[in-house]
Amino acid sequence: MNAGDKAAGDKAAQHNADYWPRTRRLMLITIAIWAVLGFGIHFFVTAFNDIVILGFPLGFYLAAQGALIGFVILIFWFSRKQEELDSRYGMAEDE
Amino acid sequence: MAEEDTSRDFTSNIGRIYLVYTGGFAAFVLFLAALEQFGVSNQVIGYLFVFFTLAIYAGIGILSRTMQVGEYYVAGRRVPAVYNGMATASDWMSGASFVGMAGTLYVLGYDGLAFVIGWTGGYVLVAVLVAPYLRKFGAYTIPDFLGARYGGHMARTIGILILFCCSFTYVTAQIYATGIIASRFLGMSFELAVFVGLLGILVCSMLGGMRAVTWTQVAQYIVLIVAYLVPVILLAQMTTGVPVPQVMYGEILQEITALETSLVEKGLAKASEITPHLQPYSSYDTLNFFALVLCLMVGTASLPHILMRYFTTPSVKDARRSVGWSLLFIFFLYFTAPAYAAFAKLEIYQNVIGAPLEELPGWIYTYGQIGLVKICGIEATTLEAVRAACLAKGDTTGILSFSDFSINRDVIVIATPEIAGLPYVVAGLVAAGGLAAALSTADGLLLAIANALSHDIYYRMVDPKASTKRRLIIARVMLVGVAGLAAWVASTKPSDILSMVAWAFSLAAAGFFPALVLGIWWKRASAAGAIAGMVSGFGLTLFYLIATQYGGMTPWLGIQNISAGIFGMPLGFAVTWAVSLMTAPPSPKTEAMIEAIRVPKGGTYMDK
Repeated sequence: MNAGDKAAGDKAAQHNADYWPRTRRLMLITIAIWAVLGFGIHFFVTAFNDIVILGFPLGFYLAAQGALIGFVILIFWFSRKQEELDSRYGMAEDE
Repeated sequence: MAEEDTSRDFTSNIGRIYLVYTGGFAAFVLFLAALEQFGVSNQVIGYLFVFFTLAIYAGIGILSRTMQVGEYYVAGRRVPAVYNGMATASDWMSGASFVGMAGTLYVLGYDGLAFVIGWTGGYVLVAVLVAPYLRKFGAYTIPDFLGARYGGHMARTIGILILFCCSFTYVTAQIYATGIIASRFLGMSFELAVFVGLLGILVCSMLGGMRAVTWTQVAQYIVLIVAYLVPVILLAQMTTGVPVPQVMYGEILQEITALETSLVEKGLAKASEITPHLQPYSSYDTLNFFALVLCLMVGTASLPHILMRYFTTPSVKDARRSVGWSLLFIFFLYFTAPAYAAFAKLEIYQNVIGAPLEELPGWIYTYGQIGLVKICGIEATTLEAVRAACLAKGDTTGILSFSDFSINRDVIVIATPEIAGLPYVVAGLVAAGGLAAALSTADGLLLAIANALSHDIYYRMVDPKASTKRRLIIARVMLVGVAGLAAWVASTKPSDILSMVAWAFSLAAAGFFPALVLGIWWKRASAAGAIAGMVSGFGLTLFYLIATQYGGMTPWLGIQNISAGIFGMPLGFAVTWAVSLMTAPPSPKTEAMIEAIRVPKGGTYMDK
């Protein structure tokens, strides 16, 4: 094995080693957004309820619909990001 | 071979097949509506609804029969993400979600939204933390994963015990719900209705296992979502002129708030009796609200009958996407439930409370006669009975006050067609939807239990050399046995079991979640750690549930026992962590396995 190959091999190994930290970071970001949608915003219901849109007090609306829509979008967003990571690091499944 | 050919045909035509099915179902509903106009009795229409839908499910169940292990346990891992999403949605939404959720929101107002948030947000955890990795691993059951990750029968056995505790009360409640729905709409006796429901469940699952359950659940999702949306869309059209209840109930909320004040001003209600619909933390305190949300979410991400649905997708990528589809399909029902609650509350505050007894709407008596509406302390069977009861209470005004009126939560959804003055066929549709919701959940749960018994106990622990044929026979015997046992328990109308259903979430959250998540995300988690964590987390939760429910123990921090997992879950994590660090790290083989399940590439781990 010449020096160039070894460097390339190390680079590939380093590249692979990044995959899991990146995945973990995406997980932490997603969980943080989940926590805001699931818990964070509901601490401020009373304040939000002063804003009324189409008859919905905002605080009530966020708990009844807003957070749910957020969860659905969050999962699809997460899936796309993770798929990008998979293909960037060559970890995607063979089609 | 022939079996594979037909299933490949089926997979490529799947969209068309379900489109035709949906069209056929719509035509059938219109046909029954026409029959009703020609004077066919309500009872006949009710029977036609139930038997037609059951026949369709049975047909799918029989067409999906299989003699292959992979097909039986994980539907051959060929279920496209979108359809698996639909199947998961109906697997998830139980008879109680369908019938009771809106009623809970009616009673609790804002605080009831803890259930709406809790039963949806958990899917984020499923997608991010658990499902893709379990799919890559390629187990048939959750205990199967625990057994492999935490090397041995001990972890597997504890997994089976936790699974059984979570799922059995739950399935009993589903069979109970089918009995209630069938007896209410068809007028058959409850005990008979339970066994009709049992039959409906077995024809869907017995011959084809997961494969049959998957395709019937998709069909059941279509029935249940149509049945849930139609009545409230028509009601919104009539009340507000716009058929989008999810948007239009905003103004209804404002009317309810105004009525809450005016009922008190008119002396029809005491301010202390009314739960303000929009005000948070009036039924639960803040701590209980958030504890409940957390337990329901984490419970979602730990319940075996949900997680095992993601074993059936063709790839890890599809498993992730499928979680998104699941939640989208669930969302359609859950964001409509608060609208149901609002429309029903408006009707009751406007046309029932404060009305002279003579002018009460007819639906009051329809549901009073089956014991679901009470006025002045008695079941509202007839005007005379109600008038006498109110007089006996010393109420001479002849006007219905807030405290004289009580309504069972189930009525909110069931009575909406009648409140809106819709023909009986819509009520029949709701019954068919409720039945679909209960049956589909029961199927998923039964499969989870029976598969743990046949795959984990029989095949993995008793007879690992068993032939394919023998394994599948055992699987079916277990399925029929568990179903029969659950139906028998349900037929005794066990009130305790029904209140225990909500416990399943806390038990699963404390028992499974730490072991699953740490097993995937922390290589150092050792067998001893996980076993100690599962036992202590599950044990503490079970202790808290029993001690507060039956032992008269004062709740810790005032936490109600539905959120018992709030104590067990952190303990499970802490014990798993501490004991893992004190014991030997997992073997290199286990480490290699964790490495393998963390990357999507390379095919399922178990098949190698």
